[in-house]
Amino acid sequence: MLVIDCPYCGPRPELEFSYGGQAHIARPANPATVETSDWAAFLYLRSNTRGLHAERWRHVRGCARFFNALRDTTTDKFIATYRTGEPAPAIDSRGDR
Amino acid sequence: MANPGLRQAPPVESSSWLRLLPPATRFVFRGPAAAHAAAGTVFGLRLPTTPCRASMRPARAALWLGPDEHLLMAPAEDLGALRSAFASGLRDIPHSLVDVSHRQGALELRGPDAAWLLTAGCPLDLDPAAFPVGMCTRTVFAKTEIVLWRTAAEAFHVEVWRSFTAYLVGMLQEVARELPQ
Ligand SMILES: [Zn+2]
Repeated sequence: MLVIDCPYCGPRPELEFSYGGQAHIARPANPATVETSDWAAFLYLRSNTRGLHAERWRHVRGCARFFNALRDTTTDKFIATYRTGEPAPAIDSRGDR
Repeated sequence: MANPGLRQAPPVESSSWLRLLPPATRFVFRGPAAAHAAAGTVFGLRLPTTPCRASMRPARAALWLGPDEHLLMAPAEDLGALRSAFASGLRDIPHSLVDVSHRQGALELRGPDAAWLLTAGCPLDLDPAAFPVGMCTRTVFAKTEIVLWRTAAEAFHVEVWRSFTAYLVGMLQEVARELPQ
């Protein structure tokens, strides 16, 4: 079973977690002034990365908190996890900084 | 007025390793660190700040569920008094306090096979080195969510939502058929 390192609870089994999509997508501060095409991009356009991907996860059957993770989409390996609000660590797929 | 009959705990056949715990007062408390201290004063027990740990004294238990979420438990008859004590003691402090006394019930698993029975449906490592006495966490057992709390080397307190109790007990009894008679 895949083990994911929750930034609050520590290493826990994958089935306690749910996926939350790409990370670091900021909602426009004032949606009323955003062009329709930009709004559509905010809502729907996501990168389809082959390799290292920053994404949101939720430890829904544990502490229930959202956090962010760097996962390699080719190997399904979690390289790092970090708390919401923190910047993505500068790191490569082997875990080297 | 809710029908009190609907709030009855489902019947659970007690055995050497399983029993249904009596009804209790339960609150889910959420708030920032400043609210923790005030809530601890009202509750008469400090809320644990260490992840996945419980603190307890007679008639009080506080379980860490998340960085800003605790499950507070007390005897059923303390519900009214605690509710008004929280209302006055935390009047000026932003927080959320939800009475979940009737949402969930509790089972106790006890004995040398308790951890083995739980590992049939729970993916956590329940070895005492990885899950020591005093550790608690929300997790899963088969297809239902539980709060698991190790109260002694061979005893677990399991919180389960009311309508899932029959499923959880049924699964555990199925697993227990593996035990030597
Ligand atoms: Zn967690």
